Amino acid sequence: MSPIWIKNGRVIDPASQRDKVGDVFIADGFIAKTLTPAQKKSAQVIDARGLVVCPGLVDIHVHFREPGQTHKETILTGSQAAAGGGFTTVVCMPNTSPPADNAGTVELINNAARHAAVHVYPTGCITVGMKGAQLAPYGSLKKAGVVAITDDGLCVSSNELMRRAVEYAKMFDLTVLDHCQDESLTAKAVMNEGVVSTRLGLQGWPHAAEDIIVARNIILSSYTGAHIHLQHISSAMSVELVRRAKKDKIKITAEATPHHIALTEEALGTYDTNFKMNPPLRTEADRKAIIAGLRDGTLDCIGTDHAPHAPEEKDKEFDYAPNGIIGLETALPVCLDVLVRKNKFKLPAVIDLMTRRGADILKLPAGTLAVGAAADVCVFDPDETWIYDTYQAFSKSINSPWNKQKMTGRVKTTIVSGKVVYQNGKII
Amino acid sequence: MPWHRKHLLTIEDLSRAEIEQLLATAGAFRRILDRKVKKVPALRGKTIVNLFLEPSTRTRISFEMAARFLSADVISFDAAASSTTKGETLRDTAQNIQALNADMIVLRHSASGAPLYLSRVLDIPVINAGDGAHEHPTQALLDVFTMREKLGNLQGRKVVILGDILFSRVARSNIHALTKLGADVTIVGPSTLVPHWFEAMGVKVSHNLRSALADADVVMLLRIQHERQASGHFPSLGEYTSMFGLNYTRAGWIKPDAIIMHPGPINRGVEIDSDIADSPRSVILQQVTNGIAVRMAALYLCAGGQPENVTTPVE
Repeated sequence: MSPIWIKNGRVIDPASQRDKVGDVFIADGFIAKTLTPAQKKSAQVIDARGLVVCPGLVDIHVHFREPGQTHKETILTGSQAAAGGGFTTVVCMPNTSPPADNAGTVELINNAARHAAVHVYPTGCITVGMKGAQLAPYGSLKKAGVVAITDDGLCVSSNELMRRAVEYAKMFDLTVLDHCQDESLTAKAVMNEGVVSTRLGLQGWPHAAEDIIVARNIILSSYTGAHIHLQHISSAMSVELVRRAKKDKIKITAEATPHHIALTEEALGTYDTNFKMNPPLRTEADRKAIIAGLRDGTLDCIGTDHAPHAPEEKDKEFDYAPNGIIGLETALPVCLDVLVRKNKFKLPAVIDLMTRRGADILKLPAGTLAVGAAADVCVFDPDETWIYDTYQAFSKSINSPWNKQKMTGRVKTTIVSGKVVYQNGKII
Repeated sequence: MPWHRKHLLTIEDLSRAEIEQLLATAGAFRRILDRKVKKVPALRGKTIVNLFLEPSTRTRISFEMAARFLSADVISFDAAASSTTKGETLRDTAQNIQALNADMIVLRHSASGAPLYLSRVLDIPVINAGDGAHEHPTQALLDVFTMREKLGNLQGRKVVILGDILFSRVARSNIHALTKLGADVTIVGPSTLVPHWFEAMGVKVSHNLRSALADADVVMLLRIQHERQASGHFPSLGEYTSMFGLNYTRAGWIKPDAIIMHPGPINRGVEIDSDIADSPRSVILQQVTNGIAVRMAALYLCAGGQPENVTTPVE
């Protein structure tokens, strides 16, 4: 593995409060202070003039569908999509087939992850089969390598079971990630409940169903002292509940997706299933509240909820199409557009939301360019415009609301553990 | 202005002028229905497939009659007897029907937006015969056709729609049609079935039957489905009837010259008592007859016909 010398880029590393034009050196898979003259001679030089050099992006919420649903995505194709989007560390949700509720399934995932383009970490289920009835064996899941516990996609409806889950997970220092949805309020729901669902005649998913579980989780976290991470917050009221919880020093963290900060329910007017996801797109007021939550630290990080589905699964009547969209290859340009250009976030703040903050929530060894850190690096051009085409992209699926859209901000190089894995449109 | 639409998917999409064109064309066809020989050759040689993936009697028969009176060949297709039960998708079913040389598809589907979806994947015209809780455009057209027959211009007229608005495609299509024609629409019923969200569609929301009925020119009732009781939208059919059922006493709150409408099927003794349904003020069966004329107009125009060619039918 030859050393790498990234020259003259705007180096942004929020963890070490670095934001300066300069060089980044990589030797033996780690960030180095400098290179020896001999190393410099043999180094692979990346000219980053005019580009941003930042830690490889971190996404603690992706679905790679392996095992069992590899027609949608595999750990390899998903990891390539990650690399193409500048991500170097991703955390896979356990709703595979079978679900990752046992060490054997986690081992299958780990085996595939060894051949992935980026670091892929598994999670384990909260309950056996994600059925919400019996705790999964967190001890053996932890030994197998899971970095968190979640029934993502399904909320644990029993308060008693959720209480025991977070208490038990705490013993293993495992964070529970919860998909906040009171299912008794969302039977048959396919979009946000409100003016638009009323007009379109689609069954509504009221934000109250999220808010109730967010409040429940805050209360359980406060009561047990366990850390609960709230996935993909979509409602203004939930943002406010989290804000208050943080003021009260409750151990709650929360994430937002690129689509919930970029889009609203108004996009559903043509019943396009590439805008159908769970939680659903909500109102402009919700969208603004999520952005405000990211600005003031109420919401901790960006997670894509990259959720591939095969074309024939999405090509259906709106009611029958599955929830979810892919997002790894569009997350950076979408966040640059919404947060930096439209909402005047500072670029380092956005990079922080997409790197260190997610890594810190799950204590992952990622998200910094500090000397000695694993050399996971993203080099991107913040100004290049390009057309995103799902057929040219790396994900196996094409269910994106941004297909054929103009994007500004393009990943040029992705480096994982000191090795260039993606460069100028190609997986290396 | 020539008619240029290939599909009839929603009332929301239509301009007021297009609604007027449809109604005028329906008026011409309506006169044909009073003749001894009701058949005209307008769609001779065309094949229309009624793809009804949700149960329907009245609408399906009405579309069949309309197609036959236009001299089209018509094939009706039931969900139960179809390959959809073998897992075939809507896209494949419809594309096969198109490949079988159908000239037009009339779709009834339980999923909102299904006709729009189909219009994107087919080359032939798609007529929406009711999609989920979204729209039922020909029903609204036959309703406003009937109202105009009885009341003339609908500008400023007060129309009350009473019942299960939340799940009703008839209500939504009527709201769009009536507001475009200048009528003043109030929706009434239990708060669980008449949510405030509808105000954004330009209607008044009321839960007070007496005050809503007081100055109504039209009272349109919608069927109450007992499934809504199981889903907790109201306690019981009995309670619904006691609060919102149209009975003799409450009919007395309505102006004497107002008309009473219902898209059917009616639940006698639930949302409407028999003596009201069968009273001279009720135009329920006239709605049904007018439905044929409206559907003839929809089929004819979407098949490429022009309104001016049917304005003077000859005996």
